[in-house]
Amino acid sequence: MKLTIPEIEIMSSGHVACQGCGATLAFRYALKALGRETIVVIPACCWSIIDGPFPYSAAGVPLFHTAFETAGSTASGVRAALDIKGIDNVSVLAWAGDGGTMDIGIQALSGAVERGEDIIYVCYDNEAYMNTGIQRSSSTPYGAWTTTTPAKNFKTGPKKNMVEIMVAHKIPYTATANIAFPEDFIAKLKKAKSIKGPKFIQIISPCPAGWKFSSQLTIKLAKLSFEACVFPLYEVENSRYTVKKPNKKTDVREYLNLQGRFKHLNSDAMGLIQKNIDEEWGLLLKKERTSDEKCAETDAKA
Amino acid sequence: MKKVITGNHAVSFGAKLARVEVIAAYPITPQTEVVEKLSEIVSDGELAAKFIKVESEHSAMAACIGASVTGARAFTATSSQGLALMHEMLHWATGARVPIVMANINRTLGPPWNIWSEQTDSLSQRDTGWLQFYCENNQEILDTVIQAFKICEKVSLPGMICLDAFYHSHTSEVVDLPEQKSIDKFLPKYDPKYKLDINEPHTFGGLTSPEWYYELRYKIQSSMEDALGVISETGKEYAAITGRRYGLIDEYKTEDADEILITAGAMSQTAKEAVDLMREKNKKVGLLRIRTFRPFPKNEVRKIIKRAKSAGVIDRDISFGSEGIFFQEVKSALYRESARPPIYGFIAGLGGRDVTIDEIIKIAESMPKMARNNEFTWVGAKI
Amino acid sequence: MPQKKPTKKLRNKKDDVKYITFQRESDLPPAAISLASTMYNKTGKWRSIRPVIDYQKCISCMICWKFCPDAAIRIVSEKPQIALDYCKGCAICAEECPVKAIELQEEKK
Repeated sequence: MKLTIPEIEIMSSGHVACQGCGATLAFRYALKALGRETIVVIPACCWSIIDGPFPYSAAGVPLFHTAFETAGSTASGVRAALDIKGIDNVSVLAWAGDGGTMDIGIQALSGAVERGEDIIYVCYDNEAYMNTGIQRSSSTPYGAWTTTTPAKNFKTGPKKNMVEIMVAHKIPYTATANIAFPEDFIAKLKKAKSIKGPKFIQIISPCPAGWKFSSQLTIKLAKLSFEACVFPLYEVENSRYTVKKPNKKTDVREYLNLQGRFKHLNSDAMGLIQKNIDEEWGLLLKKERTSDEKCAETDAKA
Repeated sequence: MKKVITGNHAVSFGAKLARVEVIAAYPITPQTEVVEKLSEIVSDGELAAKFIKVESEHSAMAACIGASVTGARAFTATSSQGLALMHEMLHWATGARVPIVMANINRTLGPPWNIWSEQTDSLSQRDTGWLQFYCENNQEILDTVIQAFKICEKVSLPGMICLDAFYHSHTSEVVDLPEQKSIDKFLPKYDPKYKLDINEPHTFGGLTSPEWYYELRYKIQSSMEDALGVISETGKEYAAITGRRYGLIDEYKTEDADEILITAGAMSQTAKEAVDLMREKNKKVGLLRIRTFRPFPKNEVRKIIKRAKSAGVIDRDISFGSEGIFFQEVKSALYRESARPPIYGFIAGLGGRDVTIDEIIKIAESMPKMARNNEFTWVGAKI
Repeated sequence: MPQKKPTKKLRNKKDDVKYITFQRESDLPPAAISLASTMYNKTGKWRSIRPVIDYQKCISCMICWKFCPDAAIRIVSEKPQIALDYCKGCAICAEECPVKAIELQEEKK
């Protein structure tokens, strides 16, 4: 028997996540990566509920539930208190959903990373407001049904590119992750832990209830999101892009067809989604090449 | 040590003497000098604190909550729109039972833009579970910042010190700064029983059903009631080291007064002068200044008012569709007295309009002649 | 979800199951502060299908353990064991098992 991720189990069973919840797996992995020396701040999101009702908690580490738009700012306060007390072995983890990160919480997040706060911010991305019952967020992708974007009038704008917004803040570490690849996520979190300053990781976390698929397919869909390059896996360290490429880029239709939230789409719409993915993927690879050249130049000068 | 300082700097020096550990603040006129001074103090290494220069007041309060729940003494200052933006987090601080102390420079809310004094901003936060103190002068501002930490940490509730825009914030007065050593003795380091601590992991604020949420609210109310005693007790202790004693209310020539005026904040200084002038003319007028608005000192207010022939509450605030907010509270405190004097309401000085000695004298003189059922009066309004 | 409320505090060392009961306001911590893990909550009762491991086929790769959102697969003597008290029956384990060693059986009500 050889384990590929740490055996330590900090998050407890008995939490109240839905069957097959991707966000719960993400949190389980995060604590395996960061260990017990972690303080977590959670704004309103699925995890406000998953964690369990008072007086119980699944977290296993100190956790503060805070208001929807305050993950970045509350985490800043926690870090400041630790700093003034001289506690330097504790990671402060802000754990927020896509709505709490990209919509209502973007101001506090932007403020925190601009100030250079030494926090790890993880956005578990399930591409809509799942906790309130599947309403569209700015992370909802083109074509998706949600309760506020009915099939007849599905979302037509693209998913907000939060990673690039973070990269534009010139923070030392930004990455994406995927619950189907916990080894990679854990390695990224460990790297984030070793870097001082603001770190941002966005992890795709399929939601059976919100994406309308059967709960056993959570990992399969997460994998497909990587293989179809819907949700690319990459890191940006001090402006240098490193992209993980799938062995074979698959057709997005396989990913879309497994989910009820896309079942209203006709072949034209699916074709448009494929075209957009191809463009974005090409752009990302180009960024990797040019950033590599730029960084090499800077390295040479130094 | 005596210094001539503004009300804003009195706040800053108060926070310094209280040895605050985390400050998170966002600038707004007329509060800016508070944080400018504190930035200077922290940068110069005169105070071992982290100053988080947040991007909004909402974040200022959130950061203070994060810091306080991690066991640090946290402080912020704001005014007007900033306080309104914080509103959600004011409730959050109370529910989390964190003893954050904040200075609020009372200023109008827009529109239209107006930066002058009015107390509607803090009074409209009256139901957030924050202790509220209204100060008369710069000395009291400094002393109250220090005391508030002690009081709030004892009852595990946050507290707000209110001072008036420009009348306090930008006006200099002689202020005595107590010795750091004596304040350190008065106010020991903050060390809460429960905090975010990896050696004793707890989750704070998890989903709570109606089965126990109700009782947690009862706890807040009961701590508020405890605060009445704690405020008086702390005032006594503070007097022992500084000679300056503050309580829930401040009485001025009320013992034999026929007419009692009721005020809060900077206007009280003017009102005291008006009382003196009237006393010179043998008019039995007194002043009751409300220092602590939350918890509201019902008993003290009742005891004093019930012996007068009439009472007049001057509000630099308004609850639209109702009346002055202090007026409401004072009337409600007297409800149980069967033989209560008439209580009249006066709205005055909104938007920083000066409330002069003459106006206050006119108010007092109008009271004996007023019809008992008089609603309330807009003093000096061009209507 | 109903909360089990035994009169005595119970503690099961193996799974650290602890029940917290309050009688009145004064029993409560000062705020909503957790006092035990969620192990009291036997989410196994949510399950409509039950995963059953065929140990003849199992190769101990622990992929099922790795992908369990409920942390309901334990490692016992280098083999996966499903904690049925907590398994919600999402069936990710069966789907991801590379040797198809996990069978899904309908839960008898």
